[in-house]
Amino acid sequence: MTDMGIRESRPDNLVLSPVKQSGLGDQMKRGLDAPICLTWELTYACNLQCVHCLSSSGRRDPRELSTAEAEAVIDELQRMQVFYINIGGGEPTIRPDFWHLVEYAVDHDVGVKFSTNGSRIDADVAAKLAEMDYVDVQISIDGSDAETNDHVRGEGSFATAVQAMEHLHDAGFGEFKISVVMTRHNIPQVDEFKAMADHYGAQLRLTRFRPSGRGADSWHELHPTDQQQRELYQWLLDRPDVLTGDSFFHLSALGEALPGLNLCGAGRVVCLIDPLGDVYACPFVLHDEFLAGSVRDEGGFQKVWQESDLFLELREPQSAGACASCGHFDACQGGCMAAKFFTGIPLDGPDPECVLGHGEPLVEAADRQARPVGADHSRSAPVAFLGRK
Amino acid sequence: MTFDATTAYRLHDRVALRPEPFGALAYHYGNRRLNFLRAPELVALVESLDGHDSVRAAFDAAEIDQRRWPSFEKALASLAASDFLVTA
Ligand code: SF4
Ligand code: SF4
Repeated sequence: MTDMGIRESRPDNLVLSPVKQSGLGDQMKRGLDAPICLTWELTYACNLQCVHCLSSSGRRDPRELSTAEAEAVIDELQRMQVFYINIGGGEPTIRPDFWHLVEYAVDHDVGVKFSTNGSRIDADVAAKLAEMDYVDVQISIDGSDAETNDHVRGEGSFATAVQAMEHLHDAGFGEFKISVVMTRHNIPQVDEFKAMADHYGAQLRLTRFRPSGRGADSWHELHPTDQQQRELYQWLLDRPDVLTGDSFFHLSALGEALPGLNLCGAGRVVCLIDPLGDVYACPFVLHDEFLAGSVRDEGGFQKVWQESDLFLELREPQSAGACASCGHFDACQGGCMAAKFFTGIPLDGPDPECVLGHGEPLVEAADRQARPVGADHSRSAPVAFLGRK
Repeated sequence: MTFDATTAYRLHDRVALRPEPFGALAYHYGNRRLNFLRAPELVALVESLDGHDSVRAAFDAAEIDQRRWPSFEKALASLAASDFLVTA
C-alpha cells in the first residue's frame, strides 16, 4: 500500500518522480481514459516561417475545423475531463475565432495554454489575458538576442516577442512561460534565457529540438552536439524549476533521471489534434503512419483516443530492440519515437541523439532520400536554411 | 499547516477527479497541479471525507483496515500539502 503514494505534477512537466519505484510509468504505458497532454493546433496559418517548424506551417488550410466543429471538440473534451489543453499552430491567434474558442474552452472547464510568437499580444490583449482565469500564455523564442533568434524565426521576431513579454509583465499577467527549442546555437545562452525569464517573473521552458516538419531539413545543422547535451543535462539537473515538457528523458541515460515521466507518451498520455481535426499520436509525428483518426469521424475524438488501432498498439508493451542490452534502458527507454522516425532509425532502435553514441552511425547510414517526409503547409516558396553569419 | 487526521477535511472546490483504471487523476484548477490517486479505495475515501467529522471517522466508515491507516494518512497529507484537500 505504500505504493498508493500521491505523485504530484506540474501539468507542463508531468513531474512524477520517482517513477521507477512507483510503477506509475507502467500504468501510463497502458494508456489513460483521456489524454493528460493534448496539443491542439488550431490553424496552419502563420505570419512567421521558422526553419524548424514542426508542423511546416505557413498557409491556412481551407479544410480547417469550423468554429462549430471546434466547439463540439471542446464539449467532448469537457465530457472526457481533459482538464487543460495546449493550443498552438501555426500562429493560433491568427484565427478570427481564437479568443472566442479560448473563452469557450475555459467556460467548459478546459483550461488553455496557448503558444504564440507574440505578434498579437498588445497592451489591450495583455490586459484582457491578465483578467482571465485558466489561461496560460507561452511566448516562443529561439535566441536570447535578436541575432540568434531572428536567424531562425525571421527578421524582427525577437523584438516582437520581447514586446509581448513587456506587455504581459506590465499588465500583471503573472507567470507566463518563455519557451525555447534547444539548438546548437542557443544552448550556450541558457543562462541568459533564465535571466530573461526571471526578469519578467516568467517560467522558463526548454524543449528538445526534434527532426519533425521543417525541422527535418535543418536538424543536422541545428541539433545539439554531444558535449552540449551533457552540459544541458547538468544544467537542468541543477534547476528543477525549469520546465522541459518532459522532453529530454533520453538524457537520463547520463546518470540520475531528470524529473518527469521518462517515457514516450505518444498515444498513451499525449496526442495532437491538427487544424483539420486529424488526431496524431504526438505533436512531433505529423505523418500518416501516426494518424489515428479524425474528430470528424463517427464517435469523435473519444473513439479515436480510446479505440483506434494505432493508439491501442502504442499502448502494448514495446520491444526494447537494439537498446535491450543497454544498461540505461530503464532511464532512457530508447528515446523519442519521432526523432527516430524522421531520421530513418527503426522505432526499436536507439535515439538519434543516444548519449552513448549509438544513434549517430544509424542516422548516417539511413538513406537520406528514403527518410519519411511529413505534410507540408509552408508558403509556396521553400524556406532556405540561412547559413550562420 | 500540518495534516491532522483527527479533524475534518474535504476536497477543494476547484479540484476535479477523473476516474482512471488505477484510481483517479485529480486536477486543481486553482494552482493547476495534477495528482494521481493510485488506489480506487483512496478515491472513494477522498470523495467521502466531506460527510465526516474527522479523517479517522471516514476511515472507520469505509472499513479500512487499521494497519493501512498510516499509508492512507500519508497520501491524504500530501494532498492537503498541495491544497487539494482543505479543512472542512
Ligand atoms: S542505447 Fe538506447 S537505451 Fe541506451 S542510452 Fe542509447 S538510446 Fe538510450
Ligand atoms: S514521439 Fe517523442 S515527442 Fe512524441 S511523445 Fe514520444 S518521446 Fe515525446
